[in-house]
This record gives sequence, structure tokens and C-alpha cells, in this order.
Amino acid sequence: MAEDANKILAAGTAAPDFSLHSTPDQLVSLRDFRGAPLIVAFYPADWSPVCGDQMALYNEVLSEFHKFKAAIVGISVDGAWCHDAFALARKLHFPLLSDFEPKGAVARKYGAYRDADGVAERALFVIDPKGTIAWSYLSPVGVNPGADGILDALEALAAKK
Amino acid sequence: MSPSAKMKPPVGANDHVQGAANAPVTLVEYGDYECPYCGEAYPIVKALQERLGKQMRFVFRNFPLSEMHPHAEHAAEAAEAAGGQGKFWEMHDLLYENQDALEDEDLARYAKALKLDMPRFIKEMESHHYAERVRADFSSGVRSGVNGTPSFFINGARHDGPFDLASLLAAIKEAA
Repeated sequence: MAEDANKILAAGTAAPDFSLHSTPDQLVSLRDFRGAPLIVAFYPADWSPVCGDQMALYNEVLSEFHKFKAAIVGISVDGAWCHDAFALARKLHFPLLSDFEPKGAVARKYGAYRDADGVAERALFVIDPKGTIAWSYLSPVGVNPGADGILDALEALAAKK
Repeated sequence: MSPSAKMKPPVGANDHVQGAANAPVTLVEYGDYECPYCGEAYPIVKALQERLGKQMRFVFRNFPLSEMHPHAEHAAEAAEAAGGQGKFWEMHDLLYENQDALEDEDLARYAKALKLDMPRFIKEMESHHYAERVRADFSSGVRSGVNGTPSFFINGARHDGPFDLASLLAAIKEAA
């Protein structure tokens, strides 16, 4: 476990760029979010109950994130059509990105890939407006990490300005 | 985050509290009136209160998941509006005992059954007089690490295990 905790990219690291499908015909890139904080939430899979709760919670907390002008994206290895159906079913108002091909390539760059299971970790990153990781957290895969750590990190970012 | 999830702010004058202020254990629930799991927790909390008597005080804070549960926000406001007339817990109980009937007409029906001042209740519901209060509870929950409903805090620390009677009793005994 301790080994795992050290493997995700840490604060101070430049956030690796990505360009992933948010819908079957739309690509979203890290650089689209320059100029404002971005929350990147890697999670193992659409539809599993804990994930549902985690994404559903962020959906409810969007207005708190927006107070810090922060955007959020969820990333898993599910395909764009799967994300589409999941987002519709849970009425999600933020993009889910598909780290599908090559599978998990972005999660690997962030140190947030579970090789044994072939899915992303439950890992959170707050990226500052210039594209540097300001905070990261690896949650036990079965535990919904909540939103308090994200909000604390956004608050610290806002205070630095 | 799970290792450090600590409730903030602590229980204060604005909270809805059952039980003695000097009870050794304070159990706080962040709940949603339309959430089926909170519905499951409702009789469990009652059983805890019966078993523990003066040993525990219970506090309820609103955490309506409005995107998922379209009636949750209004139900929370109705409980607060009843609270404004001294009947918070009576409404809280009615809502959990009637989770499948939470339309605005139902809320008004419960208010009537509790003999609330109806013009005031309706006015406060229509103007969303208590929306800010409900939001403040929600925000405090988010900052405290609430990660779903129901979320329980025992003496300020988030309870991460299951919430059946035996598990909660064991966690409470440990905290007392």
C-alpha cells in the first residue's frame, strides 16, 4: 500500500497533457482548462456503486467547485458511449473522459493505473491555472474520497494568489 | 479524506439536537429525506436512542442530493420550516416514515397534521426561506468529508463502516 501511495504524481509536478474523448465526437484536452484550476478525478469504472456515488457527489458539489472557478473532469478507461449512458443516467453536469485507446495511457502518465485490474485508481489531482499539479491524493479503491480534500486544495490555491 | 475526516463546524446553537448536551457521545447524521439508505438508517437511529438513552445525543444535518433526488431539497426545507415552528423532529420523522410521498402537496399535508401555522408554512416554502440554511448544512457536510448519504460522525469523526445497529453501537462504545 505504501508503495502505491508514492506512485501517483505529486504536487509541484507539471501535469502531463492529455487529449481524450468526452463524447464519441468531442475531444477534451488539458490545455483547454489553462487559466483556471482543474480537478481531475480518476476512477475505476462507470456503473460500479462506489464510483457512482463519487461522481454523483461531485455532481452535487459542482457549485462549491465553481466558487473557486474550478472545472472538473472524471477519467476512467470506459468507452465514450459507456460514459455517455452513465452521465445521462446520473444526470452528470461535467465531462467524463475516456482513457480507452491506448487503454489507460493517461492514467499511467499520472501514476494512477492499476495494472493488476486494468482500470484507473481512485486518484484525485488539483491542477493549478498554469498546469502544475497543486495537490494529489490516492484513495483506497473501495473508499469514496469525498470532496473535502479537493476543496481544501482549491482554497489553498486561491490563498496563494 | 478518510484518515482525517473531521466534522466542522462542531455542533452548535443552530443544530437540531435530541438528547442531553452533556451526553458522552454525539452522533451526527448528514441525511437526505429521499435517500433510501437514510430511510434504512432512520429506525436504527431510533433504536440507538432507545438503547443508549442519556449516553447519546443525536444531531441531524441536511445533505440533500438534489440532482439524484428531486424531492430532497423541498423536504429538507419543510423540516426546517416545521423547525421554525418548534416541530422539526416531528416533521423529520414524518418525512422518513413517508419517503415515497414527498410531493409539495404531501409536505403541506404533513404540516397540517402537525398543526403548523399553515399560511406561514406555505409562505416560507414558496419563498424558500430555509434554502440558505439547508445549503449551509450541505456545505459543512462537504467540508467535513461527507461522501454519500447517510454519513455519520461520532464525536466529530466520520464513521466509515456499515451503519447497521451492531456496527454503530460498537463504534459508539469505542468513542464513549
